[in-house]
Amino acid sequence: MAQVTLRKVVKKYDEVLAVRGIDLDITDKEFIVLVGPSGCGKSTTLRMIAGLEEISDGDIAIGGDVVNDVPPKDRDIAMVFQNYALYPHMNVYENMSFGLKLKKTPKDEIDRRVKQAAQILDITELLDRKPKQLSGGQRQRVAMGRAIVRDPKVFLFDEPLSNLDAKLRVQMRTEIKKVHQKVRTTTVYVTHDQVEAMTLADRVVVMNGGLIEQVGSPNDLYHSPATKFVAGFIGSPAMNFIPCQLEQAAGALRVRVNDKLSFPVPADRTARYTAQVGKANLLLGLRPEHITETRPHSEPNQHDFDMVIDVVEPMGMETLVYFTINGIEICGRVNPNAGATAAKPMKLRADLSNMHLIDDSTGKVL
Amino acid sequence: MADIAARNPAVIAGGQRSGLHKLMQRKSTIAFLMALPLILLIAILVAYPAGYAVYLATLNKGMTRFVGFGNFEFLFGRDTFWLVVYQSCLFAITAVIFKAIIGFVVAHFVHNIPSKGQRKWRGMLLVPWVIPPAMSTLAWLWLFDPSYSALNWILAHFGIGNIPWTGEAGWARFSVILVNVWIGSPFFMIMYLAALKSVPEQLYEAASIDGATWWQRIWYVTLPMMRNIIAITALFSLIVTFANFDIVRVLTAGGPLNSTHIFGTWAFRVGIEGGDIPLGAAVSLFMVPILAVAATFILRDITKRGSEV
Amino acid sequence: MANASIATGAPTRPRYGSMSRDRRWALRWSYFFLVLFAIFFLMPPIYMLITSLKTSAEISAATNPWWISNPTLQNYIDLLTQNQFLVFFRNSAIVSICVVVLTMSISVIAAFALARMKFWGSATLATGVFLTYLIPETLLFIPLFKMFAWVNEMFGIQLMNHWWTMIILYPTLTVPFATWIMIGYFASIPKELDEAALIDGATWMQTLTKIFIPVALPGIIAATIFTFTVAWAQFLYPLAFTTSTSELVLPVGIVTTLIKGDVFNWGQIMTGALLGAAPPLIIYAFLMDYYIAGLTAGATKG
Repeated sequence: MAQVTLRKVVKKYDEVLAVRGIDLDITDKEFIVLVGPSGCGKSTTLRMIAGLEEISDGDIAIGGDVVNDVPPKDRDIAMVFQNYALYPHMNVYENMSFGLKLKKTPKDEIDRRVKQAAQILDITELLDRKPKQLSGGQRQRVAMGRAIVRDPKVFLFDEPLSNLDAKLRVQMRTEIKKVHQKVRTTTVYVTHDQVEAMTLADRVVVMNGGLIEQVGSPNDLYHSPATKFVAGFIGSPAMNFIPCQLEQAAGALRVRVNDKLSFPVPADRTARYTAQVGKANLLLGLRPEHITETRPHSEPNQHDFDMVIDVVEPMGMETLVYFTINGIEICGRVNPNAGATAAKPMKLRADLSNMHLIDDSTGKVL
Repeated sequence: MADIAARNPAVIAGGQRSGLHKLMQRKSTIAFLMALPLILLIAILVAYPAGYAVYLATLNKGMTRFVGFGNFEFLFGRDTFWLVVYQSCLFAITAVIFKAIIGFVVAHFVHNIPSKGQRKWRGMLLVPWVIPPAMSTLAWLWLFDPSYSALNWILAHFGIGNIPWTGEAGWARFSVILVNVWIGSPFFMIMYLAALKSVPEQLYEAASIDGATWWQRIWYVTLPMMRNIIAITALFSLIVTFANFDIVRVLTAGGPLNSTHIFGTWAFRVGIEGGDIPLGAAVSLFMVPILAVAATFILRDITKRGSEV
Repeated sequence: MANASIATGAPTRPRYGSMSRDRRWALRWSYFFLVLFAIFFLMPPIYMLITSLKTSAEISAATNPWWISNPTLQNYIDLLTQNQFLVFFRNSAIVSICVVVLTMSISVIAAFALARMKFWGSATLATGVFLTYLIPETLLFIPLFKMFAWVNEMFGIQLMNHWWTMIILYPTLTVPFATWIMIGYFASIPKELDEAALIDGATWMQTLTKIFIPVALPGIIAATIFTFTVAWAQFLYPLAFTTSTSELVLPVGIVTTLIKGDVFNWGQIMTGALLGAAPPLIIYAFLMDYYIAGLTAGATKG
């Protein structure tokens, strides 16, 4: 059993608070991804779990034992670094076995475990090579192999894919997921790439400014973000935020974007939003895929409107269109055959059943 | 994120947690013990003698009585002292300027030739720096020999008469500087070559497209890019040259008539050979101001670069 | 294109008319001046060699000094069978080797502590090491002279006039420099490497011996070469602190004993100087790249 628990963990560098008191429960065998912009405290959190940084306040427990004062080597963890941190003077086999050798593990046991890990990662034929002779992807595998052979309670990954090129990154992402499915070790993975976070995680922890914004499954985060930050951070292209007002007319709620444009609020949300009528600083959050071209038949809560398109970006399977409302650039995703043309008007359709209403003064999704 | 961690020292002042505090203490104790031999060495054999020199300089010749600034007053009243001051400055400044110029020119030529041959040339041109200075100065002494000078033999073929290399004040000073330049310019050459290699080729290409001549390229691209290394190498060399001993000692031993003595050799003459240790200490202390100025500039440059990285 | 590095073979391919001609001329001038400078830089050692192969009679004859008519190894034979010279050589060798071992043990360990472990005052100490490196021996020999007299009075240990005293003295010159180079090399090793070792369960000492020393080996070699060169060439300290012939090291021995009053036996002096220059030159010839890397590292690495 290797659950990891963080209780009110704080990290202070001189006078700067890098992590401002976070609580997190990571269950056994779980794959947790910490994601956020640079400087949000995600790496610091990971390094505190590893024991590479002291914690200024709070408690960290691994497998039920508080490890605040335990040196890294006694925490039974393994870490994969961004630049791999392979020992350049050792070959792959020695790199992988170094930790076991220091622990005075019997030679045949080391050999068995290294060979097994090498097999899992498909690097058996690289065992006698030096790191310099390996490609980026191979080094990444070796770094993971070094973690696997130790059979630790927890795997820690610190942005392990950010030094790889885009194609390799996708490939290694799958690889990491496969390995986790095989070894089922509790994993904490740090990345700034929300796609990586979404694809890998059982649960994603979105961090910002040293605090946790939201913890949840990838789908939860995507469909029910708790804050404006999460709503904007998860998903690409990012969610559109359109300043709006809520008005009540004839018993029905309407989101008014400007004089000409307003949409009725879906009936199932009326109760939730009534209190916001007339308030300032409201934002309508709508993902690009919920702004499409018009189609012959329409579902409930879908509403058509006319816009002049500014820029068209064909992506192949879809086309991104950009237009401006109230001076804010809005993105929509339309069918490539919908005939979107720059500087030409177009009829678009907004799907309000997936709308979010955000209080911009608190950053909360209502 | 990762850079925050790297920028901030791992040690956090006043960790409130007793256990961690103990751990940190243990780590810093180990570190301190590892650095202890170094600390002791510096303290006993460098810092203490340096301070002791100041004390010594305030004693009388027999080291029995405190005389305050007596030794310094005595020095200020002696013509030889002012001669040594003049010669030390002349020697150091002239030599460093010529070392820098020759080093720069040679580095350029080496940089110019195909990179295949550069290693060979570089290796050949660094030889003067590798030979122990006392040994190579002996060779120069022999080249300068009054009766058998092999240099004069060559110069005679160009119609230049016998030059009294070490026999006449002016020529002796020239010879001392020449030998110093010979020993030191390879060092400048290596440093400048390393700096030249670090100037991105695209800058020259951009300058060429902008229509810069080779001279403009040196002036507007090479020199500004190398400014740091030029300054730091020159300062280093200034310290070493100013505090030089071997060359003067072997080549002229300060002669003729003290006309090539510099602080180091004169301090040796007065302090060790003349038996007046306090006066010798006083002489050597006059090196401190210029060393301190040069060291300050070097240190400033290094800390500046340290914070940029 | 005076500054462009010219691709091999480019000059022989006159594709770009005048451009290539310019380059060719730049190249010719470069070689011309390089030859001139090489003559200037190599003249003294070559003249050492020429003189060392001559007989005394030929040296004092008024013939072309740059030509050897009767090459002889007599000077080498004389010196190498002379007990005195061998003593100098032995003293120098023992001193240099001991200084190298002592310096490298002190400075590698201290540099690791300063570069990686950070303790109270470690940053100040690193600056202090650098400043010490700038303090010349010409400033220290007089107080050291007096300190040795004091040690003799207090403890009855005579440090004066012993070659082994140099083993204590030379590290004042070599340790700060070697430490400085090693701090630079260790600082260039990514932080993650020792963190990985820490997680793998290595102690600080194991991190140093199993990771840092192997990884920083080029730097260690460079620092070792330097230490050896400095120790071998040191002139002022032995000149000030040793006088008996049996206690001299090579550079001082050659300068003080082969020049007897006004009698200069130049054949032997040059032979001695050449033999004295040989060990550093031989090391340099084999490990030139390390030497040059260390040279540039010492001054440029922050």
